[in-house]
Amino acid sequence: MMATTPHTTELIGSDRFELHPDDEAAILREKEHYEQPQAACIEALKIVQRRHGWVPDGAIMAVGRLLGLGFAAVDGVATFYSLIFRQPVGRHVILVCDSSSCFLTGYETLKQALVEKLGVDYGATTADGRFTLLPVCCLGACDGAPALMIDGETFGPVTPEDLSDLLEGYE
Amino acid sequence: MSGSTSGQGNPLRYHSRIRQSGTERQPETHPLTWRLRDDGEVVWLGEYLDKDGYQSVRRALAESDPQGIITVVKDANVRGRGGAGFSAGVKWSLTLQGGDMPRGYLICNADEMEPGTFKDRLLMEQQPHLLIEGMILGARANNARQGYIFLRGEYVEAARVLNRAIDEAREAGWLGPDIDGSGFDFNIAVHTGAGRYICGEETALINALEGKRANPRAKPPFPGQSGAWGRPTVVNNVETLCNIPAVILHGADWYQNLSGNRTGDGGTKLYGVSGPVAEPGLWELPMGVTGAELLDRAGGLQQGRRLKTWLPGGTSTGFLLPEHLELPLDFDSIANVGSRLGTGLMMAVPEDRGMVSLMRNLEEFFARESCGWCTPCRDGLPWVVKLLRDLEKGQGQAGDIELLDKLAADCGPGLTFCALAPGAAMPLETALRHFRQEFEQGIGKVSGDTRGVPDRVAADAPANNR
Repeated sequence: MMATTPHTTELIGSDRFELHPDDEAAILREKEHYEQPQAACIEALKIVQRRHGWVPDGAIMAVGRLLGLGFAAVDGVATFYSLIFRQPVGRHVILVCDSSSCFLTGYETLKQALVEKLGVDYGATTADGRFTLLPVCCLGACDGAPALMIDGETFGPVTPEDLSDLLEGYE
Repeated sequence: MSGSTSGQGNPLRYHSRIRQSGTERQPETHPLTWRLRDDGEVVWLGEYLDKDGYQSVRRALAESDPQGIITVVKDANVRGRGGAGFSAGVKWSLTLQGGDMPRGYLICNADEMEPGTFKDRLLMEQQPHLLIEGMILGARANNARQGYIFLRGEYVEAARVLNRAIDEAREAGWLGPDIDGSGFDFNIAVHTGAGRYICGEETALINALEGKRANPRAKPPFPGQSGAWGRPTVVNNVETLCNIPAVILHGADWYQNLSGNRTGDGGTKLYGVSGPVAEPGLWELPMGVTGAELLDRAGGLQQGRRLKTWLPGGTSTGFLLPEHLELPLDFDSIANVGSRLGTGLMMAVPEDRGMVSLMRNLEEFFARESCGWCTPCRDGLPWVVKLLRDLEKGQGQAGDIELLDKLAADCGPGLTFCALAPGAAMPLETALRHFRQEFEQGIGKVSGDTRGVPDRVAADAPANNR
């Protein structure tokens, strides 16, 4: 019932979901920062995602129950924000900055090299479930362009030649 | 985002840094950065207090009422560093307070996502207490009871540093009840986002803070009257708030004199340069240095390349020409030539890059990041992208460029709820004005009129949506 390994896929299409007690406690703590419980919604989804890798339908309902919100209110938020994933993703998420400073310093070559190396384009996960590739807004690392982010860490400047060594660290 | 450590110690890991050494950065001339360490490590509370930290709070809480703080900030003419350049003091004077008004909120806009902008990251990652100090002053001036730092989700390191610094400040009594024995109470919480450029728009940010979709709100009412949860709310950029402590400590005249005779705008600015230059980076310089001085700091373009055009402060500003490098980089001088200072971080475009493909990249960003609330933006920007893609492939049709002119005008100021579409229109309008010939070269010989409203640009990654 309760998924314990990240990036679980058995929750696809299922309404069955129980918030982990630690996650529920974290969400309730977050709620204390705000005048209205709804404000904890985005953080709640991020908390769920940290444990499962993505946010299944059941979690949308569970978060809604905890914060007193309907499914549409929570899912409307979950589908608006680009860093909340409503589908399973790989064990590691690569966010490639596609904004103009990176564009001017070799983004397209870097992205092409990534696509060739991983065999997937934006929005897809490698067959072995290791990497998901996504574009991201300017990472604010323009003096280190072109830049990308893996699992919350920013790298740059990154050349196509750097990719083999860089990705090796992620199993 | 998970806190993987696979990249720890990797030489490719990005580190924010200031390009000036500690000997150049002095307290009298570099109020934003003089405390930063040459080794790039965080200035935590102990070191911050040794470097005059929180002295402005001590003075303001003991000697000034809210109006007194507002007056100094207004006299200093601290203009908003998030891009709009609106006077912080005037904004603060419009916040409803006193009488029966409930105490409201002070929100720090730390959603730094304007392409080409990487300044607030440095201030938060390496010197978190200056921002906290500025927020306490802003809270006192606006009678706010609670502060939020609205931080973009990708700034993982900044979140870690800010949360620890807030804990330090709370334990030392600089946050919480009865700050420094003054009777004034104030707290700060960090709210991290989950992506989307639109969150940087102040009313969209308030919706995001409330746990809603980040659509902008209709104005009026302005946040100063009715913001977060209907209460008076002030939203200021990170760098703006970091200017306040020194203004309070040294006064409006000192602040004005920091920029010398260069400009009517006072203070210093975190300027930067990105693009194919020799040494991209960040510098704290007097407000009103010229584009040429800034580009010199960056060592000019990479060898063998010449400057074709440049954006003065992010992709929502207008393209300028090499001749404009002699202008002071201040709000009014740059506005006078049809652009905006924006965030003040220059993006240099070399002669060998085509404007059509650059504009295609830039407008793909704005089309993807439109929140979809109003029509010119939601439908106009994908149309712009389609036309630019056609032109890039040499498959443009007669009339396409005029259509781009019209779309740029239709996305202009006053026609949309927020500044996203006008921000997308300004670079388009200026690129068409300065480099029209390049766009004309994209008109092919395809016959027949297939012009119509195109499908939505599917720039969003599928994994983001169901």
